[in-house]
Amino acid sequence: MDFTFNEEQSLIQDQVDQFVQKEYDWETRQSLSNSELGFGEDNWKKFAELGWLGISVSEDSGGFGGSAIESMLIMEAFGKGLVVEPFLETVIMAGGLIDDHGSDQQKSSFLEPAIAGEMHLALAYAEPQSRFNLSDVVTEAKADGDNFIINGYKSVVMNGPSADQIIVSARTSGTQLDENGISLFIIDANASGLDKTNYKTVDGRRASDLTFENVSVSKENLIGDQDKGFEILDSAIDKAILAISAEAVGAMEVLYKTTVEYTKTREQFGTAIGKFQVLQHRMVDMFMEYEQCKSLLYMATMKHEEKAEDAKKAISGLKYQVGKAGKFIGQQAVQLHGGMGVTDELNVGHYFKRLTTVGTIFGNTDYHLKKYTSL
Amino acid sequence: MDLKFSEADVTFRQEVVTFLENEYPEDIKEKQDKRIPLEKEEIVRWQKILNQKGWFAINWPSQYTNQEELTVTQKYILQEELAKANTPTTIPFGMGMCAPVIYTFGTDEQKEKFLPSILNSDVWWCQGYSEPGSGSDLASLKTKAELSGDKYIVNGTKTWTTLAQHADWIFCLVRTETTEIKQEGISFLLIDMKTPGIEVKPIITIDGSHEVNMVYFDNVEVPAENLVGEEGQGWNIAKFLLAHERSGIAGIAALKRELKRLKELSAEIPLGESTLLEDSQFRNKIEETEIELTATEFTELRTLAAMSQGGSPGAESSILKIKGTELQQTISELFVEMLAYYAHPFYLENEIGSNETVGPDYAAPVMPHYLNYRKVSIYGGSNEIQRNVISKAILGL
Repeated sequence: MDFTFNEEQSLIQDQVDQFVQKEYDWETRQSLSNSELGFGEDNWKKFAELGWLGISVSEDSGGFGGSAIESMLIMEAFGKGLVVEPFLETVIMAGGLIDDHGSDQQKSSFLEPAIAGEMHLALAYAEPQSRFNLSDVVTEAKADGDNFIINGYKSVVMNGPSADQIIVSARTSGTQLDENGISLFIIDANASGLDKTNYKTVDGRRASDLTFENVSVSKENLIGDQDKGFEILDSAIDKAILAISAEAVGAMEVLYKTTVEYTKTREQFGTAIGKFQVLQHRMVDMFMEYEQCKSLLYMATMKHEEKAEDAKKAISGLKYQVGKAGKFIGQQAVQLHGGMGVTDELNVGHYFKRLTTVGTIFGNTDYHLKKYTSL
Repeated sequence: MDLKFSEADVTFRQEVVTFLENEYPEDIKEKQDKRIPLEKEEIVRWQKILNQKGWFAINWPSQYTNQEELTVTQKYILQEELAKANTPTTIPFGMGMCAPVIYTFGTDEQKEKFLPSILNSDVWWCQGYSEPGSGSDLASLKTKAELSGDKYIVNGTKTWTTLAQHADWIFCLVRTETTEIKQEGISFLLIDMKTPGIEVKPIITIDGSHEVNMVYFDNVEVPAENLVGEEGQGWNIAKFLLAHERSGIAGIAALKRELKRLKELSAEIPLGESTLLEDSQFRNKIEETEIELTATEFTELRTLAAMSQGGSPGAESSILKIKGTELQQTISELFVEMLAYYAHPFYLENEIGSNETVGPDYAAPVMPHYLNYRKVSIYGGSNEIQRNVISKAILGL
């Protein structure tokens, strides 16, 4: 058993940490989040130049052949700075899916430009009625010669506004809740009949709702086999859960540490409020919840890498813990900062908001507890 | 012991229902039902309607309202029906806070000058208590009022001042003397917001709204006659007021309405072949909340019954503050959980209720409400402070 990172992994960890510390201060983050685009185009180019976008992509697909461990390290560092660049959406979710299951032509058309920082991607898997169930799909794709015709609706597609290409789950056979009969298509965001409603999300990021009205897509853009998209989607979301959990762990670390520092300097009743035992114990609990998340993160990431039999169960356990701990740490960080914690000006509230959305994205605690039980 | 309502109470309830059917303005109702934040004018209009019926300042002694005070049961029924109809929350700063101080501690001149305009919602009050360095430790406040002839000269900063942007007047705790025991040098002062030297700056909160403010005082001249009670009596007045503030803070009737709404809406949310309400995990949380809410309701009723026998709201009101705010937060959290992804699209106050929003039509205000309600366990004496009060005053620790 070994919990140390190899030299290359330590190097990338340092590099991303340095970037967040030196080039991603709070004001920068806020101005990027509040900009029209919602993140920094220059940053994105930089990530591409430094090789971060391709680090976990297999060498066959034009990447550097790293593992989920590299992704974890990058995401954890991003979590510390609440980085808004859509690394999760473009690289991990959509990019990872194409890397694992795309055709050579799909890899060269979509993954290579994405790694080079020239193309943005998104994964559209949720529908108004589906909640977290990836197999609850009403959007349909009907074969029509060499094309499929897509009709339906996708909800809260993260990075939707910037995405040039969007991977969409659609039903090619079966009924609404069947795992079998779901297919994945990669669709040009400017395709005729595809309508985007773009908006900000509460965590300072961007998303879209998508309407498909007789959108025509070539058979060449089918990813994997027809009707067999569920397993592909499910494994892509597993990777995404590992990545977003790493981001959450980074955010939790900042929150508990910021809170400890604040209570050392904030004085009431003639003493630092950190001297009050009730608050000390609260912060100890925050710290322990963070540590427990980190432990499950490492465990689940390694099980995933080793393709362990119980890797999926480990991932659901992790997501449950991240949801629970994220809520507790976020809420208590706000509570212990008092009125300041609810201001837009202080970063604490923004970390809390991101942990709140992370708790929901890819399934909340109820969903993963149930999934954990069933696995 | 008896839980039944008398015939007179049943008649009274019908009177409230009829009043709401006839007098609750359609335009305000529509905004309320969509959870769109109200304008000042709308809040004032509704308060005036309530007052015309004699149902605004229901806790004031009859000599100041010129009508008979409602019984404890009638007040309970009234509040329940108002909340059930989702009428606007009345603004407490004038009617519920400043007025009780004035009619309890003020001079006849002060009562004549201030009470009628509060009763008729002609003057909007805000509360100047917290300061940047004085939150939980309120008595450490530094805003200074120095007597110079027949005026006080006020200097200092107040913060978290709710709706100060609408306010005509502010009631403040100020330091008139530096004393060894810090509580003894505090006084209660009424200040016209139009006085030169006052500046109001917005504080934007994490839900994106402008509800609270900083209020700066730079050599503000206040007539000495605006002092309520005597110099140094401010802390006792504040303690009296905090007890008043807490006794209404549980907001039971509104919680019952929101929990019912949560049930109704979650019954419409599909979950596979069933609904979210039928999901045992979600359902258990709703039912646990309902039990806690019922317990809190009857704790409040017991407290009110004791008060009507001549007791005053004491440390028991801290129980209601803690339980009420925890319930407010839990329910706001369950709404977020219910919406799942559709809690995430984020709109500013002026966009809520527009056609631009995505998801269910009730979705847009849900997350802002959850975020905004993190304040309730912080304000009015944080829940940590309330537990200190209970441990000291009730448990004697």
